Amino acid sequence: MNLSEFLHMGGYAPYVWSCYGLTAIVLVGMEWAGRRQLQLAQEKARRRAQMGAQMAVAENPS
Amino acid sequence: MWLWFYQLASPPHAYRLLGLWRPWLLWPAIALMVIGVYGGLVMAPADYQQKDAFRIIYVHVPSASLSLMVYVMMAVAAAIGLIWRMKLAHAVAASCAPLGAWFTVLALVTGSIWGKPMWGTWWEWDPRLTSELILLFLYLGYMALRASFDDIQRADRASAILAIVGVVNVPIVKYSVEWWNSLHQGPSISVTSKSAIAGSMVWPLLVLLLAFVLYFGAILCNRVRGEILLRERNTAWLAESSLKS
Repeated sequence: MNLSEFLHMGGYAPYVWSCYGLTAIVLVGMEWAGRRQLQLAQEKARRRAQMGAQMAVAENPS
Repeated sequence: MWLWFYQLASPPHAYRLLGLWRPWLLWPAIALMVIGVYGGLVMAPADYQQKDAFRIIYVHVPSASLSLMVYVMMAVAAAIGLIWRMKLAHAVAASCAPLGAWFTVLALVTGSIWGKPMWGTWWEWDPRLTSELILLFLYLGYMALRASFDDIQRADRASAILAIVGVVNVPIVKYSVEWWNSLHQGPSISVTSKSAIAGSMVWPLLVLLLAFVLYFGAILCNRVRGEILLRERNTAWLAESSLKS
């Protein structure tokens, strides 16, 4: 089987490749969104912790 | 015996463990996906009736399976959260919803694209298709309901009830092709009896199904960690570990 035959998918190329393409996009997108959500939450937690630490120092300067 | 359970359910422990587990799910998932796609697109022979269009099942069936599995997981987690007031269970349920919704969208869209050349139509109000569409609305309803509360605890409780009630739709989706005279074909693979498709066609499907499950698990790890951070934002352990990193 050569490459163009493979890409042709027996005449069903638009259907087969659009399904695989969409699935790949959604799977990668889910992973990306999950990473981003966690990163944002981590940054937020870090900022909150730093703010809390600064406030503690301001209240008890020793 | 229950000690590990309590430890697992404690947010700092869970946060750390999920981070450790994630690579062990993600990389095998990606490797299996490559193997499964190669098997499905290259090694499996074309179907004698559906020709090469049948190769769509390698992405359609795992997506559809995950859309149901994730819903069951979400409902079970929501029930555990409601009954034992376990925060982590609610975090798992909330994290499942968007992922399950995307798997449902994939199942519907890839099924529709397959339906056009095979059935001659993009959409039919068939029991399997209609119940899968209802599944999508359940996921979307769950997320909309959560978003309508400012208070996380109230959002958890209200959405948990919706998730649990909606679980009746899962067997309807699963058995719709057997209960009613559906346009959708019956199951090709079965745990209890011999599969209706040849080995060279079925192994990529099983590999991809496992790959999707692991991949979902890897993403879920991240999402649950994000949910834990949100829920634990006022706790000392989080402030300490955030300052260290």
